[in-house]
Amino acid sequence: MTVQELPGAGAPHRVTPPPAWRPRMEAAPLLPDPEPYRVLGTPAAEELDPALMRRYYAELVRGRRYNAQATALTRQGRLAVYPSTVGQEAAEIAAALVLEEQDWLFPSYRDTLAAVARGLDPVQALTLLRGDWHTGYDPREHRIAPLCTPLATQLPHAVGLAHAARLRGDAVVALAMVGDGGTSEGDFHEALNFAAVWQAPVVFLVQNNGFAISVPLAKQTAAPTLAHKAVGYGMPGRLVDGNDVAAMHEVLTEAVKRARTGGGPTLIEAVTYRMEAHTNADDATRYRTDAEVEAWKAHDPVQLLERELTARGILDEEGIREARDAAEAMAADLRERMNADPVTDPMDLFAHVYAEQTGRLREQAAMLRAELEAEGE
Amino acid sequence: MTTVAAKPATMAQALTRAMRDAMAEDPTVHVMGEDVGALGGVFRITDGLVKEFGEDRVTDTPLAEAGILGTAVGMAMYGLRPVVEMQFDAFAYPAFEQLLSHVAKMRNRTRGKMPLPITIRVPYGGGIGGVEHHCDSSEAYYTATPGLTVVTPATVEDAYGLLRESIASDDPVVFLEPKRLYWSKSQWSPEAPAAVPGIGKALVRRAGTSATLITYGPSLPVCLEAAEAAREEGWDLEVVDLRSLVPFDEETVVASVRRTGRAVVVHEAGGFGGPGAEVAARVSERCFHHLEAPVLRVTGFDIPYPPPMLEKHHLPGVERILDAVARLQWEN
Ligand SMILES: Cc1ncc(C[n+]2csc(CCOP(=O)(O)OP(=O)(O)O)c2C)c(N)n1
Repeated sequence: MTVQELPGAGAPHRVTPPPAWRPRMEAAPLLPDPEPYRVLGTPAAEELDPALMRRYYAELVRGRRYNAQATALTRQGRLAVYPSTVGQEAAEIAAALVLEEQDWLFPSYRDTLAAVARGLDPVQALTLLRGDWHTGYDPREHRIAPLCTPLATQLPHAVGLAHAARLRGDAVVALAMVGDGGTSEGDFHEALNFAAVWQAPVVFLVQNNGFAISVPLAKQTAAPTLAHKAVGYGMPGRLVDGNDVAAMHEVLTEAVKRARTGGGPTLIEAVTYRMEAHTNADDATRYRTDAEVEAWKAHDPVQLLERELTARGILDEEGIREARDAAEAMAADLRERMNADPVTDPMDLFAHVYAEQTGRLREQAAMLRAELEAEGE
Repeated sequence: MTTVAAKPATMAQALTRAMRDAMAEDPTVHVMGEDVGALGGVFRITDGLVKEFGEDRVTDTPLAEAGILGTAVGMAMYGLRPVVEMQFDAFAYPAFEQLLSHVAKMRNRTRGKMPLPITIRVPYGGGIGGVEHHCDSSEAYYTATPGLTVVTPATVEDAYGLLRESIASDDPVVFLEPKRLYWSKSQWSPEAPAAVPGIGKALVRRAGTSATLITYGPSLPVCLEAAEAAREEGWDLEVVDLRSLVPFDEETVVASVRRTGRAVVVHEAGGFGGPGAEVAARVSERCFHHLEAPVLRVTGFDIPYPPPMLEKHHLPGVERILDAVARLQWEN
């Protein structure tokens, strides 16, 4: 129906189009490819750097062992809780390895493994989950923000830090990790928007592991993919197979380079799967089937790389054994050190609330000290 | 040294000057918020700063309070000192997740390794005929959050001195600006501002002998007026300005009440769970034997902030304070 045909409409009337706020760019180059990017098992795998891939292999094996050890420590009561990343090791480890020393990692509560892969002492990385303090390391020393429990709230921090670094002329990139559920939070939106407006050197890595506790992705979003969300902010979105460590490495490296050279932020969705329950408190059988888990087992990140590397002669029996031995040694060391009771100082409760203790806190500290002394008598 | 003659200046000018001087002295100080650049903020408190320091240091952010405070956290992590403007009291609420979960706790979570020197300026309180969501007295939310310093100036001198201190503080400071005092004046010299006592120190603004009015921010001028009016009734009232709610200067308050034996706490925020409840409790605990009457409170009602035409019934005024003072003539 044209204008003239509308009942009561007079002669078509012409208006000069208003001076408009026009879209600043074409959406097409920002759109993710609909299929997750893959390297392993494709012709692109011929280009793999053997030394780098052997390093990744060792890290993946170590990461898998770390997950198993941490889960065992929960069963023994040594950890209050452990959100496992079995099945997600490729994304966790690539996130850590693509960063340079001066860069910053902003992990979520699940991303202990990324922090460990970045070089953090596993015991320090587990302080939060063990319950002896909230953070077990100096974030500035390691350039790893505290593991963040409130979902997506670390994302604006990453943007602010990257922005500050750029203002100071430092070539620092911030890589922020978040889950698929976390993308529904307001802070996710605000962080992406700020990052794009400021062209901040940030890489947002969404690990889409299928669930937010029990809620599947389909109930989290109606977007075609989470990577598509980037387009609305004016940054590229990339969809990648999160279990393919070579693809993760490539896509992350490109995004980090883009950020470092002034190209602004990127949103990456790594499609992966959480093989274990959300945490030890969760019963995953209530919301997913064994068949689904089995199907993902066939797409295991460690196996994918091992198959590719052995087929290409990059890895042999000895290499595999070496990686496993190193992982065992790490696990034994972790076990031993975690079996020692952590030493906590109750007076620390008051030590770091303000730079200078308030009168109120001094009073309360004195009260606790007196209680402790009375107990000791 | 030449002394610069003080001339009448407003609290708004003193606040602007405080940011300007802090930015000139310390290149890590950054101002950010909604409309803080070309407009100078809706109250013009950041007026002229962008011209002097450029958009990298005085930044009009997207309209997103959680984003503003959340990015300020990251900037502070990297060594900057962000001064964040929240446009109005009730519009700071979207940022509360960042404020409560991160700003207030980062020092504690990291066992002192990562303090966050962020100043959050919040124009607060009523009395300007604003529509809803523009007049909240939100101080109790902040004072109930450990890790935050909460400061509120009531004079032009304090506006400058306390804001400089807040920006220099290694802890996050919620700097509550009583918006109805923005245009209050004083003889004050921006060239040679007089030093004022720091954060955490209350001041006796008027000495008196028969009772103490304890107050802060927008209610200070009201209390001073009430104290003048009370002279006719034979009351010589002392007026204590808290200046800083956290830390709370118990000593100055307690010393005053021990001298006068009677106390009334006055603020605009609702009484239930308001800062006055805390002050009254502390005074009762520490001055019990000196008290001639119970500690009374004169506060806003426990209601959502009323529409402009009714706000005069809500805000504690001279009459209500005098009524409370009359009740201090306690006979059991
Ligand atoms: C703001 C907030 N709301 C709720 C929670 C409780 N919670 C913890 S993990 C989680 C699910 C997160 O899912 P997702 O973002 O997909 O990350 P994943 O655990 O799968 O890595 C929820 C709801 C929280 N930590 N923070």
